[in-house]
This record gives sequence, C-alpha cells and structure tokens, in this order.
Amino acid sequence: MASVKSLRPLPALPEGWSAESNFIAHAPLSASVHRKLEPVGPHFLAHARRKRHSRTFSEDDRIQASQNVKSVEDDDVGEISEPESPLLLQRDPKDWKNQDHYAVLGLSKYRYKATDEQIKKAHRKKVLKHHPDKRAASGATEDDSFFKCIQKAMEVLSDPARRRQFDSVDEDANRDPPTKKAKGNFFKLWSVVFESEARFSKNQPVPKFGDEKSTEQAVEEFYNFWYNFDSWRTFEYLDEDVPDDNENRDQKRSVERKNKASRTKRKTEDTARLRKLVDDCQNLDTRIKAFRDAKKKQRNAKRDARDAEEKRVAEEARIKAEEDKKRKEEEEVAAKASKESSKKAKEAAKTAVKKNKRVLKGSVKDANYFVSGIASPDVIDKVLSDVELIIAKIDAEDLGVFAKKLEANKGADAVKATYLAQASGMVSKGLIKAGELKILTSA
Amino acid sequence: MSAAPSPPASPPESDSKTVIGIAFGNTNSSIAYTSPDGKAEVIANEEGDRQIPSVLSYIGSEEYHGAQAKSHLVRNAKNTVCYFRDFLGKSFASIDPTNSHTSAHPVDVGGTTSFNLQQTEDETATPVSISEITTRHLLRLKDSASDFLGSKIGGAVITVPTDFTDAQRSALIAAAKAADLEVLQIIHEPVAACLAYDARNNTIPTDKTILVVDLGGTRCDAAVVSSRGGMYTIIATAHDYELGGLQLDQVLVDHFAKEFLKRNKVDPREDARSLAKLKLEAEGTKRTLSLGNSATISIESLAGGYDFHSTVNRLRYEMLAKKVFDQIVGLAESVVTKAELDLLDIDEVILSGGTSHTPKIASRLAQIFPVTTQINAPATSAVALNPSELSARGAAIQASLIAEFDQEDIEQSTHPAVTVAPHLVKSVGVVIDGADDSFQTLLEAQTAVPARRTAQFIVPNGGDVIVKICEGVREIVVSKPEAKPNGVKDDDDSEEEEEEEADVRNRVFKVERVVAEAAVRGVEKGSKIEVTLNVGSDLALSVAARVVGGQQGARGTVEGTDKKE
Ligand SMILES: Nc1ncnc2c1ncn2[C@@H]1O[C@H](COP(=O)(O)OP(=O)(O)OP(=O)(O)O)[C@@H](O)[C@H]1O
Repeated sequence: MASVKSLRPLPALPEGWSAESNFIAHAPLSASVHRKLEPVGPHFLAHARRKRHSRTFSEDDRIQASQNVKSVEDDDVGEISEPESPLLLQRDPKDWKNQDHYAVLGLSKYRYKATDEQIKKAHRKKVLKHHPDKRAASGATEDDSFFKCIQKAMEVLSDPARRRQFDSVDEDANRDPPTKKAKGNFFKLWSVVFESEARFSKNQPVPKFGDEKSTEQAVEEFYNFWYNFDSWRTFEYLDEDVPDDNENRDQKRSVERKNKASRTKRKTEDTARLRKLVDDCQNLDTRIKAFRDAKKKQRNAKRDARDAEEKRVAEEARIKAEEDKKRKEEEEVAAKASKESSKKAKEAAKTAVKKNKRVLKGSVKDANYFVSGIASPDVIDKVLSDVELIIAKIDAEDLGVFAKKLEANKGADAVKATYLAQASGMVSKGLIKAGELKILTSA
Repeated sequence: MSAAPSPPASPPESDSKTVIGIAFGNTNSSIAYTSPDGKAEVIANEEGDRQIPSVLSYIGSEEYHGAQAKSHLVRNAKNTVCYFRDFLGKSFASIDPTNSHTSAHPVDVGGTTSFNLQQTEDETATPVSISEITTRHLLRLKDSASDFLGSKIGGAVITVPTDFTDAQRSALIAAAKAADLEVLQIIHEPVAACLAYDARNNTIPTDKTILVVDLGGTRCDAAVVSSRGGMYTIIATAHDYELGGLQLDQVLVDHFAKEFLKRNKVDPREDARSLAKLKLEAEGTKRTLSLGNSATISIESLAGGYDFHSTVNRLRYEMLAKKVFDQIVGLAESVVTKAELDLLDIDEVILSGGTSHTPKIASRLAQIFPVTTQINAPATSAVALNPSELSARGAAIQASLIAEFDQEDIEQSTHPAVTVAPHLVKSVGVVIDGADDSFQTLLEAQTAVPARRTAQFIVPNGGDVIVKICEGVREIVVSKPEAKPNGVKDDDDSEEEEEEEADVRNRVFKVERVVAEAAVRGVEKGSKIEVTLNVGSDLALSVAARVVGGQQGARGTVEGTDKKE
C-alpha cells in the first residue's frame, strides 16, 4: 500500500470541539465514476488476485461490469453526412483555386466555423472512401482526380494562413444584407450578416447585433466596433499565378506588381463595402430613432417639468403674496383692535386701582383707624401713611385681591387682621421694609 | 494490504515457458524478453536490428523480412508489403490505403483486404490476405526470438494502440495462432510504456498522472494515464492517423528534391524509383539529425542519371518541420484537455515511438509543461529509456508476470468484472496547519477503490490536534508575474516586453467539503501522527489516526454511498 510522506503540521484542535468518540463523520465521499483499470503490471495482478479471491462472478456481474464504464475512445469515424454531387466528383483538381474546399470535404454547412478536428475527421472519411486504390477495387476507373481535389482541400484548410486566404474569398460564407423588401425580423436578418462579417475580425469576440431590447450603450458599442473594424481579410487567394521560371524576370515582376495592386484595391473596396453596409444598417436601425426619440422625449419631459415647476413656483409666490397681504391687513386690524382694547383695559384697571384704593382708605376709616373712640389726627395720619405705603408698593392685581378681602371681612378687628397679614406678607416679600410701617406692624 | 509482488527474480526453470513481448507497429516491430535477473531486453534479429521494419517482400519464391524487405521498396515496390498493421481486422471499406501508395496496394477480395503478390518464379500474382501477411510477419518475429533465446516460444504479450477494436484483437489473435504463437494477452501501447518505466524500480510507484505521447512512423497517439498505487487507468486518448515520422521524412524529401531540381532540372519525386530512393535515404538523414547537428545525404544516380550529395543542418530541418512539430504539440495538448485536466496536472511525460528521438519534439513538449514535470525522452533526460523499445519492454515484463498463468486465469483477471472499478472523482486529504484551506492529499482523484493510503504528520507544539479529512478540488490560480524590481525606464521597448510576459499559473488544492474530523488529544511536543485512510469499494471511508510510538489516537468510519460489491 502506498504511503505519502508529508510531515507537515496538523492544526490545533479548535476551542470547544467536542464529540463523544473523538470522531465526527460529516458527509460521505462524492459518488465515484466507473473506469477500467489496465490489466497490466504487478500491482494490477495483485488487485485481480484479491478481487477474484473474495468472490466468484456470476454471468450477471460480468455483464453488468461491462456496462456504465466510462469510455475513452471516440466513436468510429462514421458516415459522410453530405451527399456528393456528380458535379463535385467530376471536378478538375487543376482548377483547385475555384474549388469549394469545404464542399469537397463535406463541410459546406460549417465553412469557416469548422474546427480543425472536424476538418481532420472529414478529410479522413473522404480518404477512406475516395482513395484511388479503393476506386480501383470497386471496379471504377483509376481516375484519382477527386482524390487530388480532397488532398488539395486538406492542404489549404489544414494550414491556418492558407485557410484564412481561402476564407477571405469564400463567397458561400458571405451573407448579403437584406433587401428593402426582405421579410422577417430586422434584427435576425442583420444578425446573420454581421455574424458572417465578424469572421474577419482580428478582435474576438465581436459584439452581438442584439435586438429591440438592447441598451443604448450596447448599440452604441456595436456600431463603434464596426466603424473601427480591424479585419484580417486578404485577397492573395485571387492572385494571378506568378510565372515560376527564372527566364522571365520582368514578366514575373510585373505580375507581382499587378497582384499587389489588386490586393490593395480589393482591400480598399472591401473596407468601403463594409462601411456602407454598417451605414445602411444604422440608417435602418429603428433602435437609433427610438433612442433619439426617447432622448427627445426625455428632453421634452425635462423642459415640461421645468415649465411646470416655474409655473408652480410663480403660482406659489402669487398665493404667498396674497396671503402675506391678507395677513398684514388682518394684523393691522388686530393691532388696532388690541391697541383700543388695551387702552380700555388700562382705563378700567386705573379705575379699578382708584376704586380699590378707595376701598383701602375707606376700610381703615370704617375701622375707625383701628382705635376705639375718636381717632387722633396723629393716629389717622400714621394709619393713612401705612395705607399709602401699601398702596404705593402693591401691584394692581394684589391690590384687587386685597380690596376684595377687605370688602369680605368687615368689622374693625377683621380689617386690622387683614391689613396686618397684607403688610407682613409684603414685608416678607421685601416689598416694604418693616421699619417703614408705623402702625401696621405686628411687632 | 500485502507488499507488492515483484517480477520473478529467479531464472525461469528450464521446463517453464519462454515468453516474449512483441510490439507490432505499422512501421516497425520489436521483440523483447525478460532476462533471468528480471530485466526486460529487446532482442536483435539475425540482421542485428532491434527495430525490425514491419515489411515483407517477395522475389521469386524467396520471402524477405524487416530491413532487407524494406530496401526492396526501390526495386520491388509492387511485391513489398508495408504499413499493414492497421488493416488487420478491418473491412476494406474502412482502411486508409494512403501509406501503401509506394508499396503493394491493398485490394478488395470479397471485402477482405489483400495484396496481390508474385510469390513464385512465374509472373502471376496471387492475393494474400492481410491475416496471412500478419501471420507471416509474426512467424518471422517468433523465429527470430526463438533463435536468439534458444528455446521454443511459449507465448507472447502483444501491444496495440488503445483504439484497437475487438475485431482487430480477434484478428490478431487468430493470425498469431496461425503462426503457432499463443497470444497470452494484448495490452495497450501507452500502458506498456508506463510499465517499462515503472519496472525500473521495485518499489510501488508514487501516484502520478502520466501523459504518454507515442510518435510512430504512420501515426501519433497520445494518452493520459493515471497511475495510482502502481495501477493504470487510461483517462483520455487522442489519435492522429496522418501524423508521424513519415511526415518528417516528407519534409526532407521535399527539401532535397527542390535542391536536386534546382541543380539538375529533374524532380526526383516524379519517378517512383527515384522517390523511393530519396525516401529511404531521407529517413536515414532524419535519424542522424537526432544525434548530430548536421547530416549528409548521398545517393548515386538519384534521377536522370545524376548523383546527389548534400548536407542539411539541424536548425534548417527543425524550421522546415515546424508545422509537423506544431501538430504533435497540439495533439499532446488536446488529450490533456480531453481528460479535463490542465497541463499543470501532468506529473510525467513519456515519449514513446521512434520519432520521439527527435530532440526538438522533446524540447517543444518540455516547453508547454512546468519545469517540475519529468519529460522522459533521450533529449531531455539522461536516464530516459530508448523510446523505440518501450512497448516491447512493457510487453515482455507483462509476459513474464503472467507466464505461469493458464488461459482461464488470464481471461478471468482481464475481464471487466475485475478490471472495472469505481474511481474517486475528488482528491481526499487532510487539512494541514498554515496557509488557508491547504491540505495534504492522501488519495488522488482517479484512484480506483478499494484503496488505502497512509501519511505522517507532525505536531510541533504538542497538545490537542485535529485531523480534518476532506475532499479537495484542484484550482489553477493565475497571477501576473512579479513586477521588475528596479523600475526600468519607460521606453517603448521595455513596455512591450512586459506585455509579453506570460501569466504565472499555479496549481493549488482547495478544501471543498469536510468529510470527517478526528481529535487526537494530549500529544507530546514534536511527536508524529500517522493517518490512514481506507476507502472501500462502496466508498465507505475509515479513518485511523494514531501517535507514532504512543497510545493516543482516534478512529471512525464514514458510511459509503455506492452499493457494496
Ligand atoms: N533516431 C530517430 N530519430 C528520428 N526519428 C526516428 C529515429 N528512429 C526512428 N525514427 C522514426 O520513427 C518512426 C518509427 O517509429 P516506431 O518504430 O515507433 O514505429 P511504429 O510503432 O511502427 O509506428 P506506427 O505504427 O505509427 O507506424 C519512423 O518514422 C522512423 O523514421
């Protein structure tokens, strides 16, 4: 049994880890996949011995074991899927430049999309069928021209540079832009055009054409991409053959020059073609108008909103001004009224004070100046001076309350007591100094 | 589990069967045996060839084989049979006759692939079936082996490509039987190559993922093999039937032909005999270029009565052959992708087949793998075995292992009931202290169960430790290469260089799922803990952790999900 040398440190047991038996089973191992062990080598033979030792296998076991095994070999090469037209089979290999290499290999459907693997497999299928020895065996002529076509197709398509040259001029992979009258979904129609053009892009992946739901940003990016398209398309494939012999140097050079010129011309034309194609599409692209409309609408909506806001502000200002005016008027009226009423109140208060003062003075007189018998002018003077003092120091409100008390408590003693209480209250409040009073002190 | 059985070390008893390994290729075949001291050796035939061309040629009633027959391709092409292995067991409709173009052509005789050959003094050709051709070839190989070993051959293990169908196997067994050769077992070429390497040591090979690239004459095959506990499982294969040494020969043929054409205004490729001469010599030149920096070619009266002498240096050749090399590298990459692996997952590359002698192929392959990947080829490793011999050696080792088995035994042991086994899909290992989520793999993904692995860990500080068993996934972490330490001036050149610097790709294991936890308490400082994981055929996992030389430990079991076998 194999042993792994590790000698790396184990982590410390986390705080609070607990299990009854120092062991926790969390989850089973992931499901296995059934594969075939190669019945080779000493370790396999040991395995076989163990496995055979533990049991005998029933027919069922043996059948079942052969099923569900992950296979590692690909399926057989299979059948050629595309029918081979008689025209194709009769092609002259010398005319290979005009041959559809994809059709020859049965890959018409795939064209530039065919993977290297597909090309390899397709080629093999064709070789198995069309090899001259096979044809000879089936009694056909020894004609190996189609086989040569197959080899030529493979030669071109298996070389990345030459395949690009061919793909560059592979008309059958081109998708013409839809005509004005073309029926169908605009986006689908143009998508295929751009998908086909995209094969020439040096930058991959190429943005998708999208549909009516595409965002403005995506559409913008799409057109930007196509207006800045970086294409590897070349036109070498259409070159005129350069004479191979050394004798005709001048002619050779002239053909080379001509080829170079026509490559450049074609490339320029192609760039212009693509530009026009993108222009045309953009002009027809309803999304562009829709985005413009939406923008306009948005702009209009903004303006409307601004107008409405202005109106609202003006209206608000007008209402406010009106309200202000009204309030001012009201305030003025109220002020006037309050002024009048306060005047009245003041007058009323004045009369009340006068009246209350009279009550005060009257009450001491009624109480015979707090003496029995005839009050001496001196006493009268003193009492009145005290009363005056109180009147002078008392505020209008207290005066009212005091006057009311005096009116309520008739009789000399009661009046005196009331006076004394008032006087001492005022003394304690600090309104009057105790010494100022002559008679109305409790001391 | 018991210790690994080792190949029989004792010399075979005189009465025991003499068994051999045969590599049967389209281009070459070789025979090997296991010597009394347990070493596999490739046998040279009477002519001294260890790579015996799989060619038969007839002149009059005389049969020629191997290198001699191959030389007849110049004068006797029509009566020389080449590159026929892949025709065996196939209908005429499904064979590719391309490589027979310059030798006897296959013909259809009632659906059976045959060759019309003159085998008598008179000029009439009679059809010889592919089975008969194979029988004659195997008979010659068997006789060579028997001559060399001085005893009757009791049986052979024969290698075939992984895409060999049951029909092809049956046809091979029947053809061998007709040559009075018992086929003990048919094994796959890439696995034979693995065995040839692993048998060098008597220990159990460490678990590894091997890419075997078999580059022959007419085809190239690649296989990803996972080697677990010394057992092999093929994970993916890829084949290219139009790629091989012949394409490299063609590169030189075209190169020399152009040179000849320029000098003599005659294209040697337009005459069958001239072409055959040039092909034979170009192949020799190609082989020389595997060793030296330049090679000469020298052909008398190549075409139009002109002789041809030339040299080519290796650099030139490698430039011309770049496209072929690209395709070989592409094949290697494609099989790794097919196995759903990354190039970083390949621990070892074995280059097998004659074309693997080409230094540039080995170095081109070495370039796409990390430096830690062992590239077993003569150009990249001093201890590499001869790539032309790997299949035959592997077959010979297997033959010696099963020499004493009877037919029934072999049949039973190679039946799917024994060979098909559940394989783990995730690596299982133990979390180690330190970097986040890092863990030590004990059982690699693609390990067949039942399987058991043990590893030792350390407890540097003592105390309580946790043995956390989990399944992991391999991730490829891509990071930018570290910026150059001293800020180089920002001129355009250096910027471009920086852009070209490739990302650094690293392979890391991440814990995906915790399967079980075990606690080992009160471990003494500096002790070792041995963890054993045992997975049953039902995927039940039992865990045992114990302190080495101590009493403490923990054990437990996680139930399996698969049905018990
Ligand atoms: N030293 C060498 N350098 C380069 N190429 C070599 C060398 N030795 C042999 N070869 C080439 O290896 C090829 C033969 O490979 P090999 O012996 O593995 O054949 P094979 O297994 O029969 O191949 P296949 O079945 O694919 O035809 C030939 O093309 C031969 O030229």
